[in-house]
Amino acid sequence: MKYALFLGCTIPARSRNYEMSARGVAGRLGLDLVDIPDFSCCGFPLKSSDGKKAGLLAARNLALAESKGLSICTLCSACTSMLAEEAHRLGRDSALLDETNRELAKVGLSYGGDVKVKHFARVLLDEVGLDRIREAVSVNLKDLAVATHYGCHYLKPSEIYEEGEDPENPSSLEEIMEAVGARSVPYDRQKDCCGGAVLVAHEQTALEMAKQKLDRVKAAGARAMNVVCPFCSVMYDDNQKSIEGRFDVSYEIPVLFLPQIMGLAMGLGRKELGLNMNVVKTKKLTEEITGEK
Amino acid sequence: MPEFQIENTASGFASQVHREPGAEAIRSCYACGTCTAGCPVRRVNLKYNPRKLIRMVLLGMQDEVLKGEEIWLCSSCYTCQERCPQGIRITDTILALRNLAAKEGHAPSGIFMQAKLIKGQGRLYALDEFDEKKRKKAGLPSLPSQVEGAIKLVEE
Repeated sequence: MKYALFLGCTIPARSRNYEMSARGVAGRLGLDLVDIPDFSCCGFPLKSSDGKKAGLLAARNLALAESKGLSICTLCSACTSMLAEEAHRLGRDSALLDETNRELAKVGLSYGGDVKVKHFARVLLDEVGLDRIREAVSVNLKDLAVATHYGCHYLKPSEIYEEGEDPENPSSLEEIMEAVGARSVPYDRQKDCCGGAVLVAHEQTALEMAKQKLDRVKAAGARAMNVVCPFCSVMYDDNQKSIEGRFDVSYEIPVLFLPQIMGLAMGLGRKELGLNMNVVKTKKLTEEITGEK
Repeated sequence: MPEFQIENTASGFASQVHREPGAEAIRSCYACGTCTAGCPVRRVNLKYNPRKLIRMVLLGMQDEVLKGEEIWLCSSCYTCQERCPQGIRITDTILALRNLAAKEGHAPSGIFMQAKLIKGQGRLYALDEFDEKKRKKAGLPSLPSQVEGAIKLVEE
């Protein structure tokens, strides 16, 4: 079980808690994540202004992984969809592959068209499996009530993902949550987008979208939220306070990355999981679980 | 608002958009409104209406579409694209429209800023000494602040 770990831009600079916890959980589960320091931006932020160059950046990253004989494991959902979409296109369009390779040759690379891109959660499900995840649990999460937010690009566009999870009726992340002893809390409009991608164009719209979800998560009685993308985390964790202020509401809902919750169940410490870096405080939550102050 | 005059629209605009990757199927839109009905942006901002945008493209309303704010409100969640009964890649079409608009200089400043950063350093956030210190403290491996191969590939 060896994958190239694709961090993208946001995670190594702003969501180190996601990176730390993912590496920690991977270690516990025997998943070997290889670093390729030459990976760049996935291309996603260029997609709105220059789709062609966005595709080239994605292709370069695919070529780097291929040169090491590795498939890619991503943490950010936007990176996942950008890289998987380009792999999907290049695997089907030989004219595009030729054109791309002419560009890649300028930087001494070539792409054969055979790299798989999987989100970390997908790698856990497909390679490790729920049974081994269950076996790695050493701390009872005591049915921690978790509201899972799938976000968009983890599932969509569905045609680019081989796993074939139905975006209208997903269950994978909740299966992982239940495997580590958390309780999945159903809530209204679970599939709705966090609004992160609208932040750059219209802040009020983006924050209102995040508010709609936080309202429903709160009403459902969740103790924490579970996310698998740094942009979703920005919307629900980093922006939770400003949403509370702007709309005169109160949530105080800790927002954790999936491997942070998994790590707690596997006995990893707050420090190892970067839980002190989450914006909404997580201390009380972990005290409730471990009993440690 | 001026009265709509079909002769004032760009007759070739729909064809131009139709040729963009991802937007090939727009002419098959029968305006059912599935896209707009399920749109999470629409729920909080009535200004955004994907059905209307597709219709405006088909009517050749180039300036209204490319210079307007609406195309930038899409959250690229793909809900509409997954559900379109006519198989139109609506999200991809909006992205194609954004590319056309940006080429003409119309986009929120943040979009151009992100493009400049990525083309200049290969990543959105250059990892400076401060970041590297934090990474080291957290037991995370060191990363280059800029990615030369990527810059060479996409620089202007």
